[in-house]
Amino acid sequence: MIEVKDIIKSYGNGESRFQVLKGISLEIQDGDFVVILGASGSGKSTLLNVISGLERPDSGKVLYDTTEITALSDNELTAFRKENVGFIFQQYYLLPDMSVDKNVKMGADLVGNKDYKNIIEAVGLGEKLHKYPSELSGGEQQRVSVARALAKKPRVLFLDEPTGALDEQTGRQVLDYICKLKKQYDFTIIMVTHNLNIAEMAKTVIKMNSGKISDIYQNKVQKTAYEIGW
Amino acid sequence: MLIGIKNASKLIGISIIACCAVLVCTMFLNFYLDVQSIESEITSELSLIFYNAQVSTAKVVCLVSGGCLLITSVVMLMFYIKHYIDTHKKELGILKALGYSNLKVAKNFWVFGISTFIGTAIGFVGAFLIMPWFYALQNEDKMLPEIAIHFHPTIFLYFVILPTVGFSLLAIGYAWCKLKKPVLSLLRNDFQTLTKAKKHTEDKLSKYSFVDDLKRNTLKSKKVLVFFITFASFCFSAMTQMSFSMKDLSSEMMGAMMLIIGLVLAFTTLFLAITTVINGNTKTIAMMRVFGYSQKECCKAILGGYRPMSYIGFVIGTGYQYTLLRIMVDIVFKDVKGVPVYKFDFSVMLISLVVFVLIYEILMFAYSEKIKRISIKEIMIE
Repeated sequence: MIEVKDIIKSYGNGESRFQVLKGISLEIQDGDFVVILGASGSGKSTLLNVISGLERPDSGKVLYDTTEITALSDNELTAFRKENVGFIFQQYYLLPDMSVDKNVKMGADLVGNKDYKNIIEAVGLGEKLHKYPSELSGGEQQRVSVARALAKKPRVLFLDEPTGALDEQTGRQVLDYICKLKKQYDFTIIMVTHNLNIAEMAKTVIKMNSGKISDIYQNKVQKTAYEIGW
Repeated sequence: MLIGIKNASKLIGISIIACCAVLVCTMFLNFYLDVQSIESEITSELSLIFYNAQVSTAKVVCLVSGGCLLITSVVMLMFYIKHYIDTHKKELGILKALGYSNLKVAKNFWVFGISTFIGTAIGFVGAFLIMPWFYALQNEDKMLPEIAIHFHPTIFLYFVILPTVGFSLLAIGYAWCKLKKPVLSLLRNDFQTLTKAKKHTEDKLSKYSFVDDLKRNTLKSKKVLVFFITFASFCFSAMTQMSFSMKDLSSEMMGAMMLIIGLVLAFTTLFLAITTVINGNTKTIAMMRVFGYSQKECCKAILGGYRPMSYIGFVIGTGYQYTLLRIMVDIVFKDVKGVPVYKFDFSVMLISLVVFVLIYEILMFAYSEKIKRISIKEIMIE
């Protein structure tokens, strides 16, 4: 279980100091599919970064079971990320000079995963192992980034607007792949989006507004990527 | 203006190399021209042999040092302009989209010539400041009549004015060629397009680990940096060993001068090259850190590949200095009496190698600390 306790995070100095997260507390169960929903500037991406250990809060704690990641040193935090979390970003951030195979290997090598090609097959890119990112479409690139994140067998997968740069059809396809892989590998998903429709796919929805949680609810029915509106 | 003096100031490497080249070449060429004016005053055969040796030395030094440093400066200038265009694609794309012609944008690149002017001017003035001592040293045994120092405007023209104009034109021309890209490809200034798109050749499956693959890729993607790092260790090796040999063959001051020039060239080039390697791979390093790669693994992937190159540079430098001094002693000064026998100094080579390895590893440690400070938020700043 992930526990987030009284997280406060500010940016800037002096008069320009701005509090982005204003005392956030929540709990996320193992295997949950959580969507953090909010408008631009609501603090949802900052919250994702803090929970995943990419950023340190000004105060408050983040605990993964008994491990308090906010108390870890930089090296310990790196080791924690290596063993526990995967990331998928809106802009893919693939290494442009490396093939699909080598990009996915970036994740796989961290945990000694020799069967990473199965994941590339699972996201439908088995035929494009040797292609470079510049030779792939946006959707294919995002699928590579999905495979790269999952090749390290994460306990928690963090997604920051994963469909933000994709068209509807490709976006649905990518989300569908992620959901299928979640069933197969049973990891926790924490996804940030501003798209209300995508929230219908989640089990738990956390709504954010001006750095605070305005609502948390559970969907009675989790829709698939092809059932939601866009 | 899109490109300003601030950008030109980043070309300090060219300024330093130009300064060293002009300093050495001005001293020797000025001496060459001045010594020629006293040729008619030479009466004895021994003095004539010495005179011919001095003239040949001046020619060899000017050609070898000047040529080598000129090529390095040109490569460095082109590399920096390409790097500038790659990192400012968006701004340049906007200008082109607004209707600015390639030439109009490229004309702004003339300011890069300023760095050449600063370097050559300092080198030229510096040469005249140390020339009295240099002339006295060259004629230490009074084998030639008194050689007066003259100012030769042609040297100023060839070593200061022409390189400045030439480098400005080269900068404009090269930028013009590089800017001949479609506007959209310039505007797409994202992580994907920071490096040139791969040719549509299929990549073979690799048996190496990701870190080893990345190490190879880093080397392959910026071959110019491999040249600079090899050149830096070459300078260190050649100039350090030569300076000790020069102590016996010429004078301690000459050796010290060579040592200083070598160290300045080596460290400037190495510093600029490694900084560029790290800056060019910031996002890759940040992404590796996000995924949980340790600082050591990041350093190995980004900097590790350059280590063998630097040692190769050291070996080439050792061979170069030996060959050059062999030529000087056996060919240029073969008829001059009193020239000491030149032998390869193994102990000097060994000491130079140990010092080089120590300095290189300390530098790599310093840069690994820089890598440690790269924020993982770098990838989110677009």
